[in-house]
Amino acid sequence: MNSPIRRLSAIAAALFFCLLVSSSWIQFAAAKKINDLPDNRRTLLASYNRERGSILVGGEAIARSVATDGELKWDRRYPMAQLYSHVTGYYSYVYGAGGGIEGAENELLSGRSDKLFYRRVSDLLTGKDPVGASLELTINPAAQTAADRGLGTQRGAVVALDPKTGAILAMVSHPAYDPAELSSHDIGAVEKAWPRLLKDEGDPLINRSIAGDLYPPGSTFKLVTAAAALESGTYTQNSTVPGPATLQLPGVAAPLANHDRAPCGPNDKTTLIHALEISCNTAFASLGMQLGAEALREQAGKFGFGQTLTVPMRATASSVPANMNEPNTAQAAIGQYDVRTTPLQMAMVAAAIGNGGEVMKPYLVRRVLGSQLQTIDEATPERLSEAVSTSTARQLTTMMKDVVTSGTGTAAQIAGVDVAGKTGTAQHAKGAAPHAWFVSFAPAADPKVAVAVVVEDGGNAGSEASGGAVAGPIAKSVMEAVLNS
Amino acid sequence: MSVVTSLRPRRGRNVELLLLLFAVAIITLAYATVEASAHGAWPANLATQVGGVLAIAVVFHLVLRWTASYADPLLLPIATLLNGLGLVMIHRLDIAKGNELGEGMALRQLTWSALGVAIAIGVLLWLRDHRTLRRYTFLAGTAGVVLLLLPLFPFIGREINGARIWIGLGPFSFQPGEIAKIVLAVFFAGYLVRTRDVLSIAGPRVLGMQFPRGRDLGPILLMWAVSLAVLFWQKDLGSALLFFGLFVAMLYVATERVGWIAIGLLLAAGGAVIAFRLFGHVQTRVLLWLHTFSPEAVAQSDQLAKGLMGMASGGLLGTGLGQGRPYITYFAESDFIIASFGEELGLVGLMAILILYVLLAERGFRIAVGVRDGFGKLLAAGLAFSLTLQCFVVVGGVTRVIPLTGLTMPFLSSGGSSLLANWTLVALLLRISDQARQPVLDTADSGPIPAAVGGR
Repeated sequence: MNSPIRRLSAIAAALFFCLLVSSSWIQFAAAKKINDLPDNRRTLLASYNRERGSILVGGEAIARSVATDGELKWDRRYPMAQLYSHVTGYYSYVYGAGGGIEGAENELLSGRSDKLFYRRVSDLLTGKDPVGASLELTINPAAQTAADRGLGTQRGAVVALDPKTGAILAMVSHPAYDPAELSSHDIGAVEKAWPRLLKDEGDPLINRSIAGDLYPPGSTFKLVTAAAALESGTYTQNSTVPGPATLQLPGVAAPLANHDRAPCGPNDKTTLIHALEISCNTAFASLGMQLGAEALREQAGKFGFGQTLTVPMRATASSVPANMNEPNTAQAAIGQYDVRTTPLQMAMVAAAIGNGGEVMKPYLVRRVLGSQLQTIDEATPERLSEAVSTSTARQLTTMMKDVVTSGTGTAAQIAGVDVAGKTGTAQHAKGAAPHAWFVSFAPAADPKVAVAVVVEDGGNAGSEASGGAVAGPIAKSVMEAVLNS
Repeated sequence: MSVVTSLRPRRGRNVELLLLLFAVAIITLAYATVEASAHGAWPANLATQVGGVLAIAVVFHLVLRWTASYADPLLLPIATLLNGLGLVMIHRLDIAKGNELGEGMALRQLTWSALGVAIAIGVLLWLRDHRTLRRYTFLAGTAGVVLLLLPLFPFIGREINGARIWIGLGPFSFQPGEIAKIVLAVFFAGYLVRTRDVLSIAGPRVLGMQFPRGRDLGPILLMWAVSLAVLFWQKDLGSALLFFGLFVAMLYVATERVGWIAIGLLLAAGGAVIAFRLFGHVQTRVLLWLHTFSPEAVAQSDQLAKGLMGMASGGLLGTGLGQGRPYITYFAESDFIIASFGEELGLVGLMAILILYVLLAERGFRIAVGVRDGFGKLLAAGLAFSLTLQCFVVVGGVTRVIPLTGLTMPFLSSGGSSLLANWTLVALLLRISDQARQPVLDTADSGPIPAAVGGR
């Protein structure tokens, strides 16, 4: 019986060998993957053992960790509460890190990032308590406050960019919420706050400036159509274009009309520059059909439509539908039909025009700082694409200046500064008041700031709203805040 | 049979004592680490507590010197070390729940450990020759079946966490399946020694493998049916696998026919398919096994996921005893104690523990090879393999080699029945090893061998 016993003992050894392999797999090979699983309570608890880095704006912390005596050794505080809710996001024991920089840069803030490897090793050797990295943001506090005040109780979003670098100067989404409600160590209160915020019909947890349901851009999209026309080479700002009171679309019963149901110029004709100034629907709709769906899509793509950006939060890609027929193309050319965009994308369109046609990649983190606030990493501006030529950009700037000096955007005028802008009043549902849009940059010749503002359902003005009247003043105050600081 | 040399045979008792001291030292260190991390200081009465554990171990050692002086010197230190480490981890989990020594599970485990050692000593004193057990072959068989069926009886049977494998007497609950494992090993050994000649008669040859005759399939089919019954009525996948695997392995050792293993694997595969088709709880287990982290699986149970997360957080070197969070996983002190060790001692510590089991099992097989009678060979091999299989089912379940089933980790897991059974198992192996390692002349002096069957 000895040989089967020996063979059985070999089988036993093989069984144990399986166990050694499987435990090595879990504790070594797959350990990082398992540790990074979203609902891993141990990783989350471990992150409370280490001081989490601060999030800084203009030298002040908008999120910081304070030592406590509880089981969770650090408490996350948000001194400005609602003002930065969609920038910081939340850091919750129950629901994890999310909603903004807290989620997108969790690895850096918690100190787990590979970028901090050498620092971790030196901390280990010197016996210092390891600390997460702090992040200095590009936000301009004055612009952020102006945007927040401007929106007030209205729903909507504001994004301001530095056109030359892509740095995000303001990012506001209303309604906001207080991240402290989710970061509290009072688990019961947090578990009550979360479903309340989720169910709130204002969707306060959604950052409307980069995500959410996506807005129709309305007439602000005429900038893209105008850009496509100028880039085609057959048009200049002074080209004559048709501008009747209504435009019959092939195969569609209801004609497309101007908002005042009047022609845009004598003999149902107008110039491109005047069409943009008064936001002439029929002119851009026929221009869109003339250029074709593909030209529109291509131009939009050059401005960044169709790209999912990380700023470092994930920004939903804006879109122009493919395979549009003629009437759809006409609608799309004036920012209706199924064209969908984020305020960030429209700010990028304005910024690109102001920046001589170059689209800069938007970013929110200026510097990564170590525990002694020494710089570990610094953002370098990156070019995303060239949307239009310099001459097209120059012509579009002139056209947008006209919009503000004598067109639909006079509300955004700033004394002593040339402002270039475009209004939008986007229909989005039958019977609902239109979304009010305004995109602009200033100073027109050498822009320091580009802004996109959207106010949902016309805001306080309701169905009487127009982009210029409702969103224009908000854009103006944000631009002023940047120019004065 | 080997020729006896004139050298004085090595009994290994001094080695055993040295290893025992070493084992108690490791346990002491582990215990002190846990206390230090929980309270910032070593326990005040450390010397008394360690002295108590050491006393129990040394008493066992002295009993071996007296009644089984040739017994294998590795078994007792390994069992002591595993039992002690389990105690430390259970105490550590007690602390996490706010219980100090004397109010939690650790005290109960300590009591059961002492009782287990006492029973093991009792077995060694009562059973001076393992071959005596052959007389009780059919008594053991009956007892095994009764023990297996006990939880199904009304009034005393209890269903805990979906498995009806417990009996309750007043405040005590007991898992008779653990004891059944040993009693059945005795029964299989006694039965197979008698029938091995018949069962190894060659039948048809298929695919180059010699299969047994069709008329001899009765016992294995019966065992298969019993295992399926355990699975069906007690919802206990682990025990079913353990009993059937044990029987097939011992059948193979007795007959030396690989065909039996092939038949066993086929029957097991068939049983698995039937179980998967018929029983919802088996399907759930398979889902949890294959898609542990998927939302559907986590909605059923996140125990396995949490155990794996614990092991992963331990990494190579572990968080250190008392520094991790094993208490996040349910049953961290019993079914998932191996994950708790993985978390706090790391892959290195977990491997060391697994190697201890490998040593324990391989010593068992070595004893089986060394002992001269067929019954002893079968019994030692069976006990060693049941230990292996149990480790494989438990650790394999926790580390996703196979679906998770509810068995306890020998010596480590919290649970009285498991401790009693495994200390008895070690006592039997010690008793058999005493004869296996004894020079032949000594056994010849010790009287006639009852119905000895020579080894091949």
